[in-house]
Amino acid sequence: MTALLPRRGLAQILALIVILAVDRVVSPQFFDLRLQDGRLFGSLIDVLNRGTPVALLSLGMVLVIATRGIDLSVGAVMAICGAIAASLADSHGLPVVLAAALGAGLICGLWNGFLVAVLGMQPIVATLILMVAGRGIAQLITEGRIVTFSSPDLVWLGNGSVLGLPVPVAIALGMLILTGAVVRGSALGLLIEATGGNARASELAGVGTRAMILSVYVWCGVCAALAGVIAAADIMGADANNAGLWLELDAILAVVIGGTSLFGGRFSLVLAVLGALIIQTMNTGILLSGYPPEFNLLVKAAVVLAVLLLQSPKLSGFAGIMARLRGTKP
Amino acid sequence: MKGLPPVVITAFVLVAGFALCAVQFPNIASTRVVGNLLTDNAFLGIVATGMTFVIISGGIDLSVGSVIGFTTVFVALAIERWGVPPLVAFVAILVLSAGFGAAMGAIIHVFDLPPFIVTLAGMFLARGASFLLSTESVPITAPVYSTVSDFALRMPGGGRLTAVAIIMIVIVIGGALLLHLTRFGANVYALGGSRTTASLMGVAVGKMTVKIYMLSSLLAGIAGIVFSFYTSAGYSLSAVGVELDTIAAVVIGGTLLTGGQGSVIGTFLGVLIQGMIQTYINFDGTLSSWWTKIATGVLLFAFIALQQGLVALARRPVAKRAGAAS
Repeated sequence: MTALLPRRGLAQILALIVILAVDRVVSPQFFDLRLQDGRLFGSLIDVLNRGTPVALLSLGMVLVIATRGIDLSVGAVMAICGAIAASLADSHGLPVVLAAALGAGLICGLWNGFLVAVLGMQPIVATLILMVAGRGIAQLITEGRIVTFSSPDLVWLGNGSVLGLPVPVAIALGMLILTGAVVRGSALGLLIEATGGNARASELAGVGTRAMILSVYVWCGVCAALAGVIAAADIMGADANNAGLWLELDAILAVVIGGTSLFGGRFSLVLAVLGALIIQTMNTGILLSGYPPEFNLLVKAAVVLAVLLLQSPKLSGFAGIMARLRGTKP
Repeated sequence: MKGLPPVVITAFVLVAGFALCAVQFPNIASTRVVGNLLTDNAFLGIVATGMTFVIISGGIDLSVGSVIGFTTVFVALAIERWGVPPLVAFVAILVLSAGFGAAMGAIIHVFDLPPFIVTLAGMFLARGASFLLSTESVPITAPVYSTVSDFALRMPGGGRLTAVAIIMIVIVIGGALLLHLTRFGANVYALGGSRTTASLMGVAVGKMTVKIYMLSSLLAGIAGIVFSFYTSAGYSLSAVGVELDTIAAVVIGGTLLTGGQGSVIGTFLGVLIQGMIQTYINFDGTLSSWWTKIATGVLLFAFIALQQGLVALARRPVAKRAGAAS
C-alpha cells in the first residue's frame, strides 16, 4: 500500500499542519479530545465528521478528474439519494433504504458515464445536465417538502459511533481503504491515469478507456449517494433544495488542493481526502475564531488561487524548490 | 456545416413551444405576457450575451452570478448608505467589475490555468465580498429607480416594453454586431477554434483573453444594475446559481461548449425558451417550479446530443474520439 502515500504530499501535509496550528491559536481547546458514552468528542473529531460528505465526494471526484473529466452533478446526486433515503426510511429496513439510495447513485453515475464515454460529450456539459435537472428530480421525490424521518437505523448512520469514531467518519475511512485497495491494489489506477494522460494513446495500447471512464463516473455516483445518505441521516431529513448545494465545487477544490491536475493523469486518493480535510479545518477555524462565516468564501478563494498558482506550469521556480526539498528532479 | 444550423433548431423549438403554449392558454399569445417575459429575463439575457463570447472563445465564466450579487449590494449601499449619486455608483461598479474580469482573464492567460477553476475562485471571491458588504437586503429608494421602473413603451395590446427590457435588447443587438461584424468577434471565434492556430495567425491571445473575460464581467455588472432596477434592492444572495441558467441558455442557443461556434441571437432565443417554460408553468398553476429545472435539463440534453451528432458527422473521416477533453 505504499503507493497510497506518495512522496508528493508534503505541501498538503504542511498546509494542514499550518491551518491546524492557526486553529489552535484561535481556539485553545482545539486539540482537546474526550471520551463520552463510548464516542470521542472534540473539535478535531468535529472536523472529521463535518468533512465526511466532501471527503466522500472527493474520493469519486478524484478518479473522474484523473481521467480528464469532471463531475458537476455530485451535489444534485446527493440531493436525489438523500431524498430517496429519507422517503423510504420510515417504511423500509436499512438494507432496502441503502440499496435504493446507492442504486439511484449508481444509475446517475451510469447516465453521466454513458454521456461521456459512449456519446463522447464533454464532461462539463454532460454532467451539467444532471446538475440542473437533478435538483428538480429530488424535489419531485420529496414533492417540494422537507421530508423528515425518525428511523433509528438511518439516524445511527449519521449520528452513531463505531469504536469511538462517528459512523460517517468510519464509513469515509472504509470507503478510502476500499477504493485504495481496488484502485491501487490492481492495475486499475494505472489504467485510469493512462486514460487521463492520453486517451487515444491508451486506447491504441489496449486500455479499455470507455470502460474506465464509465466506471469512474459510476463510482463517483455511488460515493455521492453515500454522502447524500449521510447528510440526510445527519439532519434526520432531506432538503432537496439545499442538500449538497455547491458541494461539487468543494469536492473539485479538494481534489485540486490534493495536487491532482484538472488535465488528468496522476492522482492521489489520500491527498484528495486530505484536501477535503484542509477545507473543513479552514471552515471550522473560521467558525471558532468568531469571524462571520462570510469570510469562508474569501479565504476559500484565496486558497484556490494560491494552490492554482503553485500548480501552474509557468511557475517552475516553485516546482524546482519543491523538487529539491524532495530530493528529486522536476 | 451540413444540415440545419443549431440556431434554426433553437428558433423552431421556441416558436413550436410558444404555439403549443398558446393553444393551451390563448392568453399567453399577448404582448403583455411577452413584455413581462422580456422584463423578467432582462438580466439573464444581458449576462448570457457576455457568456456567449466566453464560451465561443473556448472558456467558461462561473463568476457571473456572484458578480451580479455583488453589484446589487454595492449599488444599494453606495446610493443608500454612502450617499453616492446613482450614476457615479453605476460607473464605479462597472469599472470594478470590468477590472475583476480583466484580472481573471490575465490569471487564466499568464499562468496558463483552466478557466473553470479560476472563475470558480472568482465566484467565491465576489460572493464573499458581497457578504462582507452586507448580509441583509438593502432597499433602494432613490428617485432614479422609480423613474426607471415606471418607464415603459406601450405596445399594441396593452403590453409594456420596460426600460430594463430595452436595455437588454440593445445589449443583445450590440453583442451580436460585435461578435459577427468586428475583428474582435472574428478573433473570439479563432480562439475557440484553436488557441495555437489563432496565435500563429497573429491574434494577440493574451489581450483577447483579458478582453473577453472583461466583457463578460462588465456585462454581469450591467446585469446586476438591471437586477437592482428589477428588484429595487441589493441583496448578497441574489442571483445565486444564475451562472448555470446562463450556461444552459447559451448551450440551448446552439453555442458549442468546446468553443468556436455559436451566436448571440441563439443565446437570446435560449433565454426566451427558459422564460417561456417558466411562463407556461406559471400559467398552468398546478405544475411546481421544479419542473422548470427538469425541463431545462431535458432541453440541455436534447441540444447537446444534437450538437454532438453534428460534430460527429463533421468529423467522421477522422478517427473516433475517446474520452472527451474539457
